[in-house]
Amino acid sequence: MALDQNQIRDIAELSRLQIDDDQITAYQQNLSNILALVDQLAAVDTQGIEPMAHPLDATQRLRADVVTEHNQREHFQAIAPHTEQGHYLVPKVVE
Amino acid sequence: MHNKTIAEISRDLAAGVYTSVDITRELLARIEQHDAQYNSFITVTAEQALAQAAAADARRAAGQASAWTGVPIAHKDIFCTNGVLTTCGSKMLSNFVAPYDATIVDHFNQAGAVSLGKLNMDEFAMGSSNESSYYGPVANPWDRSRVPGGSSGGSAAAVAARLVPGATASDTGGSIRQPAAFCGLTGLKPTYGRVSRWGMIAYASSLDQAGVITRTAEDAAMMLNVMAGLDAKDSTCMDHPVPDYTATLNDSLAGLTIGLPKEYFSRDLSPAMAEKVRTAIAHYEQLGATVKDISLPNTHLAIPAYYIIAPAECSANLSRMDGVRFGYRCDDPKDINDLFKRSRGEGFGNEVKRRIMIGTYALSAGFYDAYYNKAQQVRRLIKNDFVEAFKEVDVIMGPTTPTPAFPQGSNSDDPVAMYLEDIFTIALNLAGLPGMSIPCGHINQLPVGLQLIGNYFDEARLLNCAHQFQQVTDWHQHTPHDLA
Amino acid sequence: MEWEVVIGLEIHAQLATQSKIFSGAATAYGADANTQACAVDLGLPGVLPVFNEEALRMAVKFGLAIDAEIGKKSVFDRKNYFYPDSPKGYQTTQLHYPTVGMGHIDIELDDGSTRRINVTRAHLEEDAGKSVHEGFGGLSGIDLNRAGTPLIEIVSEPELRSAKEASAYFRKMHSIVTYLGICDGDLSQGSMRCDCNVSLRPKGQTEFGTRTEIKNVNSFRNVERAIEAEIERQMDILEEGGRIIQETRLYDADKNETRAMRSKEVANDYRYFPCPDLLPVIIDDNYIEAVRATLPELPDQKRHRFQKDHGLSAIDAAVLSSQRELAHYFETAAQIANDYKLAANWVQGDVSATLNRLELDITALPVSAEQLGQILLRIKDNTLNNGGAKEVFNALLADPSQTDIDALIDQLGLKQVSDTGAIEAIVNDVLAANPKLVESYLATPEDKRAKAIGPFIGLVRKAAKGVNPQVVMDVLQQQLNRL
Repeated sequence: MALDQNQIRDIAELSRLQIDDDQITAYQQNLSNILALVDQLAAVDTQGIEPMAHPLDATQRLRADVVTEHNQREHFQAIAPHTEQGHYLVPKVVE
Repeated sequence: MHNKTIAEISRDLAAGVYTSVDITRELLARIEQHDAQYNSFITVTAEQALAQAAAADARRAAGQASAWTGVPIAHKDIFCTNGVLTTCGSKMLSNFVAPYDATIVDHFNQAGAVSLGKLNMDEFAMGSSNESSYYGPVANPWDRSRVPGGSSGGSAAAVAARLVPGATASDTGGSIRQPAAFCGLTGLKPTYGRVSRWGMIAYASSLDQAGVITRTAEDAAMMLNVMAGLDAKDSTCMDHPVPDYTATLNDSLAGLTIGLPKEYFSRDLSPAMAEKVRTAIAHYEQLGATVKDISLPNTHLAIPAYYIIAPAECSANLSRMDGVRFGYRCDDPKDINDLFKRSRGEGFGNEVKRRIMIGTYALSAGFYDAYYNKAQQVRRLIKNDFVEAFKEVDVIMGPTTPTPAFPQGSNSDDPVAMYLEDIFTIALNLAGLPGMSIPCGHINQLPVGLQLIGNYFDEARLLNCAHQFQQVTDWHQHTPHDLA
Repeated sequence: MEWEVVIGLEIHAQLATQSKIFSGAATAYGADANTQACAVDLGLPGVLPVFNEEALRMAVKFGLAIDAEIGKKSVFDRKNYFYPDSPKGYQTTQLHYPTVGMGHIDIELDDGSTRRINVTRAHLEEDAGKSVHEGFGGLSGIDLNRAGTPLIEIVSEPELRSAKEASAYFRKMHSIVTYLGICDGDLSQGSMRCDCNVSLRPKGQTEFGTRTEIKNVNSFRNVERAIEAEIERQMDILEEGGRIIQETRLYDADKNETRAMRSKEVANDYRYFPCPDLLPVIIDDNYIEAVRATLPELPDQKRHRFQKDHGLSAIDAAVLSSQRELAHYFETAAQIANDYKLAANWVQGDVSATLNRLELDITALPVSAEQLGQILLRIKDNTLNNGGAKEVFNALLADPSQTDIDALIDQLGLKQVSDTGAIEAIVNDVLAANPKLVESYLATPEDKRAKAIGPFIGLVRKAAKGVNPQVVMDVLQQQLNRL
């Protein structure tokens, strides 16, 4: 399935990826080629086949409800782009 | 010293032939001197390595040494290392000093190993040529104009160039086995869930598995001994007994049944490659194995299914890279959306962006059933092929790659051509099975690999098969021709 | 045109676990920003979630309490959206396989009748962090302490038909989760939040009208007011022939109006898919039965028992069972006094009045349930009359440290005199001292004497505090009739 340029822009927006205008065509071409590759799947008869999200038929282990992690704010915020008074700062979020 | 394997170094250190500081110094010097031509390391942690080596020597002097005390290795830069830059080959994490250790890094530290540094890789492990790294391409030590394979290209190049005897690596669609094949090395991708993923930066969570690239099967067994086992911090890490993988290396292969999937030997496979594999199989027959033709009918669907599932998972896994709490942030964001879009647009390379976008599209409203759900159904068909096959055979063998290492730049304009390189390796990740690649010959003076596929949690048998092969062949002992 | 209101509620209840749903960080409220956000909560590269067993148990407990189908297989999915307080860029939730399936609760309406409201599902998910918009020089500050706190999102069927019903439903859910002890129910701290889906349709029409969703309403009163405001807004638009836009709105309590949220201009496409870092959660009948065995008596059961076994009125039974702590207070006092009706009168009367006057929660009332029970016992054994009991209650309110009620009664001189001989003496003194009053009483016709005896009672009680009024009455009649 070929994608048009508006679809590329929509997908980029949904993915929060800034794509320069001069690159849209290249992405359009590449992504369309990838979709052509995966379109082979459409022909496969998968009626009644349960989708397989995990390679092993394992089930979730449960963790005891115990506090094991303690304050490491300074350690974690040492690698943050912008913090103040213990908060991560971002451009104003409009509500 | 630099030609020694992990097992040899372990024995030499125990015998006092040289110290950990000695070999650590020598390898650091080699990296310093030669790695400019390979670009296999992103970060060399010389000071820390020497401190670890000195501490290891002290423990040995105090009589507290184990097999791993003082043995040098290096980690793929996908594994978080506390206090050390962890980039995952991306500009996005070019300032990310991990605040904690990956479980396997911790295991090697606890075992007393010395880490020389962090190895180059395709950005976020997306690639088969190690050309997508923000830190530049890695050269194949066998021919520096060629790729080392990917995504664990740095791990393979460093081991092939004798800069380190063994390296951790990770494999989502062939990222251990293909570089091992291209660089004449032994690569092991364990069963999904055999090794903890905690601290391994996720590409596609249901496919990613940590493993190793070494020169010999014995070394791979030693490394897996350190890495394997339950980790309470990883829900997908299985509570399955961990044997001593070195204990069964010398078991006889008499009675072993090897399956050869007819789909792996189609007309598309080059006669030269087919010949190398068949020669390798003949060695196994001499070792007492019998061969059986089998079929994995859905082999051709592995790549299409993979290129839905892996991008879908990666599109979500990489959403946390948003410029808020760590990593790259764009300059002067004008609003929150601009912060997200430019940080990610500028921080990710093209291949990563392509996969995120494919994944986003495949999961979006109206397409989920046709793409994601369908791919997960096909995934089960692929797994079922293997389950059926393993009712009749003990291991499955075939080529690791369709060709030897290709020249750098040859697939750079066409991602799909690159994807097709993983035709033999990718199905194992979808099924979660363990696999190895071992050197089995040269084509045009370039190494090629034999792929061994095992049943779930049957790593010991794979290592046994690989080791036995390496007792009767010497492909794993060849060194790149112009190696200094 | 006559309109029918259609309301469905989505209630988020924070589960009262010690640690987060997928990490070992604490969930306590009010800590310094980001001091309870560990690597998992921050979504650092390479971290992985592991599911908290207590969150599962609490969700199952809730499911059993609303008679719901329990999902023997639940699956966590990723709901993808970018927002700075959503650190991973997705929320881990349950889309197709929730832990709690279809169930129901009964709500009590003002006319005393009950209505059954079906609950579509309740799924487990993680809470997001918080954005702070003040104090950062025009920027927003992100605090991820709340990120990863376990939630159940309880989704009702669109069966509520008025703001009052919606509010009653929210109260009932609050009552259930606090009875179960799975949520602290503190609305002011956001422990329970409610999204209200509201639409109107012409009466008799079967298909639904276009709905709006009012986000994050956090009090019973505001649920009612917000929905009323939204109904009015929608009705105005529809009456004028306009159309409702499907959108997310916020309730402004100060202006008593809802307004559209600006931040959601981009259409959301959440791209749900099963979380590959978590495996299916499988439980069996043994697990479910073990949880069932831990279920406490629930509000409806308690109300029924109060009414049936202890003879309380429907209203008393409903009110006294509605809040876990109040019910506990009431029942403790009632059991000590061995008199549910007397205890009900007191808790509904003096106790409630005191709580209202002092703006206290029952848990903060200085007079303990045990103390009230002792007071009631003394009423029952005639040691105290009602007025005396109130005095004791008020004295305890002022100084709850007085643990010995009998000593306090003595100290206050409130012990009721029931000894007929002693009362006779007082009565005779009063009669002797008030000959005119006696004269006028004797002149009163027989049928009016009951009223005329009142002044004597007042005089006797003035002369001696704490006399048993019944005994006084008996003695007075006896002595006066003798004259």
